[in-house]
Amino acid sequence: MAENEQPLLVAENLSKNFGRLAACRDISFTLYPGEVLAIVGESGSGKTTLLQMLSAQTTPSSGRVSYRMRDGVLRDLNSLGEAERRFLFRTDWGYVHQDAALGLRMAVSAGANVGERLMAVGWNHYGRIRDTASSWLQRVEIDVARIDDAPRTYSGGMRQRLQIARNLVTEPRLVFMDEPTGGLDVSVQARLLDLMRGLVSELGLAAVVVTHDLAVARLLSHRLMVMKGGQVIETGLTDQVLDDPHEPYTQLLVSSILPP
Amino acid sequence: MPAMIEITDAEKAFTMHLQGGVKLPVVRGVNFTVESGECVVLSGPSGAGKSSILKMIFGNYRCDAGRIGIRHGGGTLDIAKAEPRDILSVRRSTIGYVSQFLRAVPRVPTIDVVAEPLIATGTSREAARVQAANLLRCLNIPDRLWTLPPSTFSGGEQQRVNIARGFISDHPILLLDEPTASLDARNREVVVGLIDEKKRTGVAMVAIVHDDDVRRRIADRIVDVTSFAAAA
Repeated sequence: MAENEQPLLVAENLSKNFGRLAACRDISFTLYPGEVLAIVGESGSGKTTLLQMLSAQTTPSSGRVSYRMRDGVLRDLNSLGEAERRFLFRTDWGYVHQDAALGLRMAVSAGANVGERLMAVGWNHYGRIRDTASSWLQRVEIDVARIDDAPRTYSGGMRQRLQIARNLVTEPRLVFMDEPTGGLDVSVQARLLDLMRGLVSELGLAAVVVTHDLAVARLLSHRLMVMKGGQVIETGLTDQVLDDPHEPYTQLLVSSILPP
Repeated sequence: MPAMIEITDAEKAFTMHLQGGVKLPVVRGVNFTVESGECVVLSGPSGAGKSSILKMIFGNYRCDAGRIGIRHGGGTLDIAKAEPRDILSVRRSTIGYVSQFLRAVPRVPTIDVVAEPLIATGTSREAARVQAANLLRCLNIPDRLWTLPPSTFSGGEQQRVNIARGFISDHPILLLDEPTASLDARNREVVVGLIDEKKRTGVAMVAIVHDDDVRRRIADRIVDVTSFAAAA
């Protein structure tokens, strides 16, 4: 991470109301290239709504999200044309869903799942696409012999790793992750976390990770935002917030973890 | 030239909201400086706030008042008021921290645990591994263990891995929280030697050591933490 870099993603006074319910209230932060931000909080705290606003899938009721496009210009996501938005989704961003079935095409082969993102950005040489797909399968520790199998034949952990390969193959600069380890066995989680941690630092990715698991936040993120009732109640360096929590709710979260 | 670390009137208390908001004062009026090439040892009984002071310097505990000036990147940065981004940058290139316990990441081999801080600042993986191997050898970790994750190692072995990880970088400031606590005499010697070497290269150190012999040999100055006791 270089010093004096310009922010990649800027959220300003984001709010979202669903009818009379305020799902997110007045949230602002800045994310720099290579930085991993974790958003923690219990179910219903507004984490996922926030993630959807940040990734242009939900329009904020007020406030705005700006993103620095590859030409270096910071643009309001709302002002983007359809082509620019598609470009972000297809190449510059990744989105890892908790449920791999939402992020993968379950009936087509693993190789095609990874290759599809490459074709979307104009790759058309079959051999090169296949080679790149195999090398990504290896990187996420999937046996290349399984390249022609559909992910519905994969285990939960393998699906999640395939989803990561599919997202990272276009070398995005920003990845959104929604409970990436949710619903996996602990041993599978550890492997996935270790893999994600390595890839994020190797590729210098910026990421916003929504999780309710503080151990995931500690292992993956540099910074932490704690949400409750749609508001960010505490924020800071991850180890600082976890080791020296100031807010009552954060203290409750931290003290609720059972030591292994 | 300003000191490497300059602490002025630093203060820290914990407010325990789950225990009815009881306020637990830790330290108050912390004042001391550490120069380049000097090792300052914090003394005082358990619970006096020694580790808390180290954590405040590292930016792990927030400082309620006062200033913690650190020489960083050609200027001075006040850790007490620094942005998370700046603290991360300080940890990458200026302050190293050797805690008592290793926080091991599952599955990562020992040699990479040790090499990681160097890789993070741009050294190639191969070169970083060579340096990591040298340190592990010097700390008597047998090479058959290097490819294994340290989570199953003995306490003393884990601590030596932790020391290797802490000493591998050229950080100009090093914080040592009981680096010799669970080591045998031979390995204590090695650590004392490593600390001497750091001094010669101008590293400023703050240490907590309970072993009288080690303290006598590494301390250039002793700061009594009981004088910073925060009256409740």
